Amino acid sequence: MASKAQQQPLGLKIAVYGFIFIWIMMAAFPFAWTAWGSFKVELDFFSIADWTNAITGERTKMTHGSAFTLAGYEGAWIQEEFWRATINTGIVCVFVVCTSLTIGTLGGYALSRSGYRYTFWLLIAALIFRALPPATLVAGYMLPFFEWNVWGILPTAIIVLVAMNQPFTLWMLHSFFQNIPKELDESAKVDGCTQFQAFRFVIVPVMWPGVITTGLFSFLLAYNDLIVTSMLLSESNRTMVPAIAAFLGSTYNEGQVMFAVAAVVSATVPLFFLVMFFQRQIVSGLTAGAVKG
Amino acid sequence: MKHRTFFWFFLPTGLAMLLFIAFPIVSVITQSMFAPHESVLITVENCDPFGCKKETTIDQDATRELRDSKPLGRFVGLDVYLDRGHLAINEVAEAWRTSETMGDFWSRMGNLPFYRALAFTLTYTFVCTPFLIILGMMIALAVNSLTKSMKGFVIFLSLLPFTVTPLIGSLVLFWMIDSRGILGNFISWVAADPDLSIKASTPLMWIAIIIWGVWHSAPFAFVVFYAGLQTLPQDQIEAAQIDGATCWQQIKYVVVPHLMPLVTFVALIQLMDNFRVFEPIVGFNAEAHATTLSWIIFNDLGGETRQLSAASATSVLTILGVAILLSPVLVRTWRDFKGKR
Repeated sequence: MASKAQQQPLGLKIAVYGFIFIWIMMAAFPFAWTAWGSFKVELDFFSIADWTNAITGERTKMTHGSAFTLAGYEGAWIQEEFWRATINTGIVCVFVVCTSLTIGTLGGYALSRSGYRYTFWLLIAALIFRALPPATLVAGYMLPFFEWNVWGILPTAIIVLVAMNQPFTLWMLHSFFQNIPKELDESAKVDGCTQFQAFRFVIVPVMWPGVITTGLFSFLLAYNDLIVTSMLLSESNRTMVPAIAAFLGSTYNEGQVMFAVAAVVSATVPLFFLVMFFQRQIVSGLTAGAVKG
Repeated sequence: MKHRTFFWFFLPTGLAMLLFIAFPIVSVITQSMFAPHESVLITVENCDPFGCKKETTIDQDATRELRDSKPLGRFVGLDVYLDRGHLAINEVAEAWRTSETMGDFWSRMGNLPFYRALAFTLTYTFVCTPFLIILGMMIALAVNSLTKSMKGFVIFLSLLPFTVTPLIGSLVLFWMIDSRGILGNFISWVAADPDLSIKASTPLMWIAIIIWGVWHSAPFAFVVFYAGLQTLPQDQIEAAQIDGATCWQQIKYVVVPHLMPLVTFVALIQLMDNFRVFEPIVGFNAEAHATTLSWIIFNDLGGETRQLSAASATSVLTILGVAILLSPVLVRTWRDFKGKR
């Protein structure tokens, strides 16, 4: 393949590597910088005097005796009880992913196997729902949820996030199931299975790659959501992202920016590992057909 | 599949969407036509030796009773849409009549919250989208020419801005461009202006948020284009090389036309997604300089007084905006569907 004609000239090669280097710096450096700075005191992280202080941690040495300090983490996790938000995020993410995959696979499977015209209109409706900004729906939830007294608790937020996930899940799994040959479940039906049995014993064992990919995006949606969780959860039930948003309001003013920095770094860590382990699934999910979360 | 079986399979997901997406839309539209009750006033006549005075006070009990019995408020039709917080018909007409120049008119429009947010949302949407497509395309082309061992690592780091929570990403960038952060320091050193602060300047804030948007979404464009490049037929490239095309010509006449359907796809998706931009306004603490439609809704709903009808009216107007942006996607899907049959 690498014939002489396809070799790039040296100048171009340098330009390409230079560009990649700049992009990598843009993409990753902010996170590395913040992670490093989260172990410093505020005067080092936001150093007016000398920017190298942020690397060496001069002020941190003066205050805490060493160049690294866990003060920010201690403040965020223990004093401001960020652990509570972490547990809430865990609960929300697990339940959202499980529920939305369960009902989404059933629906997506049905859409891919039914040849009637209404499936097209259902998919179009899902596309329209997918396009709606979540913010526009939130106002509609408030009044009924207050009236029924279900505002502020985790199950409410979970079910709302599941519903908001459905349009994307359906599109993704619909196109995935269409790539599984129809003959598989049809032959099962010929052998006397009902449609559900055919789904349960023939399709379920082969559907995991697509389901895992879809599940990842459901997880990201639930984990990254700010507007639904901050509007529908009471203060004690907050998940991580609205908790960080709340830090900005309260602790910013009290000079505790480092609490927010530590919380931000803590919330990035799971995502970092997620991308590391599921890079292939994320890439294939982004490129799957003409759909994206 | 029989209608019956289809129905049972689709029921759970259909019900979830009906109850928590379709109904809320109806509920938002209804709420936007109601305004909160005004307080019930009672007039009491107090007589003292110096004569009788009529005093008007708020009847707390009656007000509470009215609010509890009709939580929706009172029907006002389209009034909420036309008030100062939304379309501001009177203010716009006033500004149109009294402004002498176009510039004056636009600056007065900029003081109305809805138009201010609409202006930034549209600018953000239509500036971010082309830039992120170009950046994504450049990254895809560059990564494609790397050796295999490096690709995985580069893709991993490239995905970070896209997968990390938008609020977190914007905070991380904001802390760096803060006047005390490393980039902020650097910028004011380059500009030789020690007082330069992004937080204090509207144009700089707009630029910063747009840069955040490109940074956040370029990885998506990159991944889609990169996947497209894998399907690029090698013989076309070889044919171009034999004809003596330079690298630039190969990209311009072979690669880009091959990726064009993906460019349309990314553009349509990103127009829809950028229109809902909201997190960076919170993260950059930018509401003094830039607001977006989603942020207005968030702001109206938050806090002590939940202004449901104001937020609902903005929601309906936002939905109309999304509908306009979405129409080309729908037309395209409809054509694809027709083509398949």
